[in-house]
Amino acid sequence: MNLDAKIPPGPLAQKWDRYKGDMKLVNPANKRKFDVIVVGTGLSGAAAAATLAELGYQVKAFCFQDTPRRAHSIAAQGGINAAKNYQNDGDSVFRLFYDTIKGGDFRAREANVFRLAQVSANIIDQCVAQGVPFAREYGGTLTNRSFGGAQVSRTFYARGQTGQQLLLGAYQAMCRQISLGNIRMFPRTEMLELVVVNGAARGVVVRNLVTGEISLHSADAVVLATGGYANVFFLSTNAIGCNVTATYRAYKQGAFFANPCYTQVHPTCIPVSGDHQAKLTLMSESLRNDGRVWVPKRKEDCGKGPEAVPEADRDYYLERKYPSYGNLAPRDIASRAAKEVCDAGRGVGPGGRGVYLDFSNAIQRLGENAIRDRYGNLFDMYERITGENAYRQPMRIYPAVHYTMGGAWVDYGLMSTLPGLFIIGEANFSDHGANRLGASGLMQGLADGYFILPYTIGHYFASAKPEKIPVSHAEFKKAEEGVRQFTRRLLSINGQRSATSFHKELGRLMWENCGMARTRQSLETNLKRIPELREEFWKNVKVTGSGEELNQNLEHAGRVADFLEFAELLCLDALHREESCGGHFRVEHQTEDGEAKRDDTNFAYVGAWEFKGADQKPELHKEPLVYEEVHMATRSYK
Amino acid sequence: MNLTLKIWRQKNAASPGRFETHEAHDVSPDMSFLEMLDMVNERLIAGGQEPFVFDSDCREGICGTCSLVINGIPHGGHKGTTVCQLHMRHFQDGQTITIEPWRARAFPTVKDLIVDRTAFDRIMLAGGFISVNTGNAPEANALPVSKEIADLAMDAAACIGCGACVAVCKNASAMLFVAAKVSHLNYLPQGQAEKDRRVKNMVLQMDREGFGNCTVTGSCEAVCPKEISLDFIAKMNRDYAVALVKGELKPNNGGGVG
Repeated sequence: MNLDAKIPPGPLAQKWDRYKGDMKLVNPANKRKFDVIVVGTGLSGAAAAATLAELGYQVKAFCFQDTPRRAHSIAAQGGINAAKNYQNDGDSVFRLFYDTIKGGDFRAREANVFRLAQVSANIIDQCVAQGVPFAREYGGTLTNRSFGGAQVSRTFYARGQTGQQLLLGAYQAMCRQISLGNIRMFPRTEMLELVVVNGAARGVVVRNLVTGEISLHSADAVVLATGGYANVFFLSTNAIGCNVTATYRAYKQGAFFANPCYTQVHPTCIPVSGDHQAKLTLMSESLRNDGRVWVPKRKEDCGKGPEAVPEADRDYYLERKYPSYGNLAPRDIASRAAKEVCDAGRGVGPGGRGVYLDFSNAIQRLGENAIRDRYGNLFDMYERITGENAYRQPMRIYPAVHYTMGGAWVDYGLMSTLPGLFIIGEANFSDHGANRLGASGLMQGLADGYFILPYTIGHYFASAKPEKIPVSHAEFKKAEEGVRQFTRRLLSINGQRSATSFHKELGRLMWENCGMARTRQSLETNLKRIPELREEFWKNVKVTGSGEELNQNLEHAGRVADFLEFAELLCLDALHREESCGGHFRVEHQTEDGEAKRDDTNFAYVGAWEFKGADQKPELHKEPLVYEEVHMATRSYK
Repeated sequence: MNLTLKIWRQKNAASPGRFETHEAHDVSPDMSFLEMLDMVNERLIAGGQEPFVFDSDCREGICGTCSLVINGIPHGGHKGTTVCQLHMRHFQDGQTITIEPWRARAFPTVKDLIVDRTAFDRIMLAGGFISVNTGNAPEANALPVSKEIADLAMDAAACIGCGACVAVCKNASAMLFVAAKVSHLNYLPQGQAEKDRRVKNMVLQMDREGFGNCTVTGSCEAVCPKEISLDFIAKMNRDYAVALVKGELKPNNGGGVG
């Protein structure tokens, strides 16, 4: 199969305008004849559901949370990028585009990223109009902060709760459309299968998480806005409920899955405290604006308190290695640097798995109140979790899995290889390449939901003219039976081990062998161990209760079953990509000073995997990455 | 440390509930309260018993999903802290802890420790938004908003919609939640066009959902994990009174056909 991204012709800066000029439209009176299913109500899903409903489409929206306002976008702390150039510091659409492409280590699709930068300014306008209380100057204008991987100040924020405020904006827009009857909302409902009829996505099978009822929903198009797969590592900064099920089931139905090995490890998280831990907590990257990262120069000093290590004996290793970006080096680079100093035995805290993030200079320079004003809620959160006061002593941080750049393959119109199946937000692969820059995830989610999908989905309807398919169609019945069988099977095993114990074991394998550093050997170990673990799961998992009630144990077991398959795909992708780029670091491929070594001759492509059957190796398809206007350079932050 | 837990068990809304007693052994002070419950559940599953269901998601205090009453206090009584961020270092070895769901007529029990809070969503549907379609927005800096107003709106908008304010109130009043939502939008210049109808419709829906009246005891503010101020209730009452006094504008229906 030829992977055609359908990128419009013409100069980069004119492609999106060209697309909009050439696309087919659905007239306003006809829009109500089209049904759209949106799964997931985070930033991209809520924005898409609201905008599609405003346009006149009939929308059904589904989320597993008890209300759409709780999707995990809500936890994003730091901010959202936009090329407004309000600070007059030289920002532009081109610069935001270039920073994002470079930050992604030249593994993202050029045309998509340029469009993202183009619509970024509209997002800020829209959010302000909705009442998002962004931080302001005394004069009433919007203020900005700096983020990693950029030398301009272009990040808009609402204290340390930017994701929350943006999500509430999108949720409120959804509320308005629900009240007008344009969206039917199904909370506490989980998608368990995608229904494909005549090669096109035509509906979903869902389970009501309260009653256990399985129901079928048909539509002219299905939009998956179901987030990333970081919980394949068990411990990540994702919410407990985040899972890969929707996109993985779509993959098994024929949607290609692209670049699963591009996973992001965030440098500033609170270190693991013990085996009981259910998740890790992020400390916003914005802290690196004022915090300085260091470890002792000598191993012998690591056991001492930070105050006992004199200034001359501290190694501010980010400032030393990357003088021009310093503490604001991008996430992948800062994470690997932390791992390196800890591997060298210079880590601090329990188990030596931590580095200091020190605010004492900033507090001396600006005063404690200024720091409290900027990061107060983050310092409070740190104290609640660790019992330590970061105004008095440095924070201890360590990298943790945070975001996944890989996802379902989509073309320029955000449509997957299955016609009628659109994938938006973190769930697709398209904009961040091998590494996402801070404050770009919120930007992409809202760009897809507010300003891109609402155009491209109309073009699909007007060109494909899908016929109505009733849920009585044989494919729907077949999909329903598959879901019922899957549930029955999980409940009937009645083995000895909980789903959580399998999830934890899988997570350990993934973190140890497919985490911040990967080798051929470690990946081959995983490709042997994961199928064994999966086999044991299907013989020995214990799921209590029944399928006809609220059963969190059953929900989790189903998600773990999918992670146990998906993990293998991730490792396979990591094994085949014989280069290091962004969040994918293969130990065999590094420069003399330990930086990632890309291989543009052989790997400048998107690796999209096609499911070939339960016991078959998936087939790799390649979309070459052609850069028309930027030059693929070695990524340097020195 | 070792603890004795008295946990609420209820099959569904139609069945009566009861407390069950369980021992929690080897609890680490570094565990969060929910990680302690995870451990109890894992041991129940291992013993072939049904685990307790409870709501949680982000486990970093922002999504508002977790909702437990611990020893009679929603979220456990630590200032500015949700249950998911409450750590076991605040409890003592040998302590008995009671764990219950939110209790309010407008929040019917779903199962065990989970309640139905969709009443909050329905209040939001009644007017908790600014009516602006995607694409309608003017340039963001065209409308200056003073820092003081933006900060006040942000203070109100910090509400996570968990419902602790209702759970603690002797009248099960939702005034703090509704006041936070109304104030967030009514303070901002963007929210002025719908200011009066917003407050009237949201208060009306709040009453329809069966939430009780406010007697300003302030218990809601005391347990709110985001420390939302009672001042917003005063703001909402003021906006409500003004909206009632102003009454409805009567448009002149004639003309304009062309």
